[in-house]
Amino acid sequence: MPQNYVPIFLFIALIGVLLPVTLLAAKLVRPDNPSKAKLMPYECGIDPIDSARGRYTVRYYIVAILFVVFDVETIFLFPWAVKFKALGAFGLLEMLIFLLILVVGYIWIWKKGALEWV
Amino acid sequence: MYALISLVKIVIALVLLLTAVAYSVWLERKVVGHIQNRWGPTRVGPFGLLQPLADGAKFLFKEDLTPPYVYKPLYIAAPMISVIFALTSIAVIPIGNSITVGGIRTPLQIADVNIGLLIVLGITSMGVYGIALAGWSSNSKYSLLGSLRASAQMVSYEIALGLSLIGVLIMSGSFSLREIVDAQGGTFWGFIPRWNIFQGQFVAFFIYLMAAFAETNRIPFDLPEAETELVAGYHTEYSAMKFAMFFMAEYANMITVACLASLLFLGGWHGPLFGPAWLQELLPIAWFALRIFGFLFLYIWIRGTLPRFRYDQLMSFGWKFLFPLAIANLVITALIVALKA
Repeated sequence: MPQNYVPIFLFIALIGVLLPVTLLAAKLVRPDNPSKAKLMPYECGIDPIDSARGRYTVRYYIVAILFVVFDVETIFLFPWAVKFKALGAFGLLEMLIFLLILVVGYIWIWKKGALEWV
Repeated sequence: MYALISLVKIVIALVLLLTAVAYSVWLERKVVGHIQNRWGPTRVGPFGLLQPLADGAKFLFKEDLTPPYVYKPLYIAAPMISVIFALTSIAVIPIGNSITVGGIRTPLQIADVNIGLLIVLGITSMGVYGIALAGWSSNSKYSLLGSLRASAQMVSYEIALGLSLIGVLIMSGSFSLREIVDAQGGTFWGFIPRWNIFQGQFVAFFIYLMAAFAETNRIPFDLPEAETELVAGYHTEYSAMKFAMFFMAEYANMITVACLASLLFLGGWHGPLFGPAWLQELLPIAWFALRIFGFLFLYIWIRGTLPRFRYDQLMSFGWKFLFPLAIANLVITALIVALKA
């Protein structure tokens, strides 16, 4: 029933109000005397070198792509699992073929070295 | 009337959850202290029991530095995003059957929806946004590295987490957390409870547990925060109340995954019922709370025992061990259920 979802939004709204109020309340009572040293980026006490938005390893990008591929597959599996008993032998066979294709892809990316971090 | 009851339940749940968060921090400091042959907090109140209150007051009165080089809108929004998504998932989690207060019978759950599990998974996976935005908007090297690590780790283990739940879904045939728990009532041969973990889902439980540790960035998967190399990771540049929000989000997430583990694998609130009627009404809540306490203790115990993974070990554990194991568990469960039917 749609009205069952209303309390969730009520919950989000209540927290959404509570958090800024907490931050504002803290703003009223806390001290505020920044200095140049306090406002420097934290780098273990050394003056920062270079911009923080530097290059980083391409591995993170590969992980993100793999995540999209395999997470979409999990989303396919969820409704199938819930209706598993109703789908019967045909549903089981379908999903085994789907998983087989996926596992072949998984073995391929493993062989390609996409799962190696170093 | 419905809205009013919901509002009362929301306020009670929020107070309970925030108290639980505050006292799980106390529990962690105390238990880790004793594991390391120290006392933990002892000064504020008996057994340091008022320590969470003192910490809260301190967070409120600390100077809150907003460094000039940050991207301010996202820098302020990120901790709030983290907390909102960490707390919201409790809205669909049931903590017991239903209870009668003042002639009104109401389920012990804020929103009784039939896709509860999907909502919990959806909301908890939104938590990665808070961390990624915090790291990026801070404009500091440690923060960026921490948030990159956290994002990659959380998305990697989310797959194993999702796959480990499919076995449970096949057994119970429902997304509703309440129905999943109801399907686990009763016993085998009169003494083994029909929890999913005893119905052949113990491998799934193991995968879920590992993935949940990684999702909540706890030791041995706490690389995003690795104090010895990244200072504090994505929240290096945060102070005072905003830092406290990240802290709250982390512990609220721990409580959420503990709730989910109890509901899906350990039979939720099922347990022996005895005594007068009012006690029978309240006992399920106590059994459920006991399970969550057990999980929190396990978290802390492991934190006090294990060292941290290396990053390549973390990634290969998730992708090369947990993922194929989860697929195998899913196929075997499906085959067994199909053969039985």
